[in-house]
Amino acid sequence: MKNKISLLFIYLSLISLLFAVLLGCLASFQYIYPNALTGILSFQMLRPLHVSMVIAWIFSSALAGIYYYLPKIVNRPMYSKKLTYFHLQVFVITGLLILYSYFTKSFGGREYWAFPPYLSIPILVSWLFLIVNFFMTLLNYVLFSLSENTGFMKTRIPVYIWMWSVGILFFFFTFIESYLWLIPYFRENIVRDIMVQWKSYGSLVGSWNLLVYGTALYVMDKISGKSISIGKMAYFLFFLGLTNLILGWSHHLYILPTAKWIRYVGYAISMSELLILARMIWLWKKTIKPPEKGKYYLPYLFLISADFWIICNLVLAIIMSVPALNIYTHGTHITVAHTMGSTIGINSMILLASIFYILYDSKIILEEDKGMQVSKKGFWIMNVSFFIFWINLIIIGVLKSYYSFKGLHHQQIMNLLSPYFIGFFITGICLFIGVLCVVFPILNKKYFNLFS
Amino acid sequence: MSIFRSLQTILIFLLFYFIYSFFIYTQEAESIAANKIITPLAYEGRLVFQKYNCISCHQLYGLGGYLGTDLTNVISKKGAYYVSAVIKNGMLKMPNLNVEDKEIIALIEFLSFVDSSGVSPVIEFETEWYGIITPKTKK
Repeated sequence: MKNKISLLFIYLSLISLLFAVLLGCLASFQYIYPNALTGILSFQMLRPLHVSMVIAWIFSSALAGIYYYLPKIVNRPMYSKKLTYFHLQVFVITGLLILYSYFTKSFGGREYWAFPPYLSIPILVSWLFLIVNFFMTLLNYVLFSLSENTGFMKTRIPVYIWMWSVGILFFFFTFIESYLWLIPYFRENIVRDIMVQWKSYGSLVGSWNLLVYGTALYVMDKISGKSISIGKMAYFLFFLGLTNLILGWSHHLYILPTAKWIRYVGYAISMSELLILARMIWLWKKTIKPPEKGKYYLPYLFLISADFWIICNLVLAIIMSVPALNIYTHGTHITVAHTMGSTIGINSMILLASIFYILYDSKIILEEDKGMQVSKKGFWIMNVSFFIFWINLIIIGVLKSYYSFKGLHHQQIMNLLSPYFIGFFITGICLFIGVLCVVFPILNKKYFNLFS
Repeated sequence: MSIFRSLQTILIFLLFYFIYSFFIYTQEAESIAANKIITPLAYEGRLVFQKYNCISCHQLYGLGGYLGTDLTNVISKKGAYYVSAVIKNGMLKMPNLNVEDKEIIALIEFLSFVDSSGVSPVIEFETEWYGIITPKTKK
């Protein structure tokens, strides 16, 4: 049976993804020709547009998963159908208002949240709709199970339920935290202000990672037919993610003159986390096995590719977590490579796996559909071009760091890096083609029939 | 893991998050300069910085975009007059954003305030044997 709200979120997420990559390509073009498009789309508009579309893609696709999976898990519909639609409506309207604010150059001017602060209110309201709906659905299920005396309290809850619950709550807290600068105490000291910004953004990313990793575990369970998500390793991943959410952000602060202990905590936690994560990935790889021929093949491919990107990003994270090395990578494109590796490499691959799983499961797409062959080709174009794109970013970062250390002026550095910016743009275009190939066959209206 | 134990652990994490956040918010920075309170004019400049979305291209302590230069110590490196001229007229990749004169004055005050709070460029730091970095000027 079709889950219309989930499909609407999927539709929205795929359109956001396409625009996010396209706007990213246009922004990278301005690294080569800074004056191109400045009359219509200047870099100060393009960057927030790109970032906002990426955030819209991640959240709408993660929410599509939660709205699809939760009713199946608890075997009952969401607590309120109206609230799900209100959530979607406020999400879309706020998104459009944010885009309007960028096009009219009405900026709030904060990193990531470049829109005026008052637009954060509807975002919070829409999230409250989700909180009420999600937790009331769970509560009703718990009460029903208790009344039926099903031995519910003795069962082991799949960890993705905890991941989604905590991720949803923490997004609410950390989003509010990112607006603490509106209170004079936080904005009157620049060091405190930047520290709180890093803290809130780091934790906020941690909260959406919980939503994404929960989704990954659910899809892995369903594809493999095993209950990986109730095992010790899954719970370990969850508490590790939670620790990272609370403490992991402080490795961004090594050059900020904050209290020293905050930087030491950042250093210690990053090191221990990475050692544990390395061990976990080693074990996790054994749990995922190829699915039966043809069945859920695309979700499987995307999950495997997410695994590859976890390893790549892990290497970068190790480099960036050591202060003595971080000093060379901070503020360079190595940080961008890390961000892109996380958002495109890990999160987007998991979320695309989830979307394909939902569409297969709803019988909206079938393995034998011709469009799926295009999507498979798109998968390879996307991954290969993104790998070159990612390596190119690291080279830019290393060179920028080297030239900065030699004392070259920013403009000189940018001129020396021009050939690499061309590579950055070309591989970005290839990535867009790959995403288009993956997404276009499933965006075809005949599959969805949402508006009929 | 049982439901109660999971819930208990999550609540402990949640409590820890709020207590840790409180400590973070109330910590003094490592130097007197970094603890300075922003002046009214510098605060106006900060709003100008946000109004023109300068953070999309520029960084402060490494936070922000990568198209432009890190502005943390731009005043001590280039001088207020040079920076004012670049803001007013634009230069190479930096567009002329038609910033008003009084806004430029406030912006320079804000950048001077940031400049006095600490250092950002790589060459201003040195590494301890255990991997932590410290600004050379502070030693």
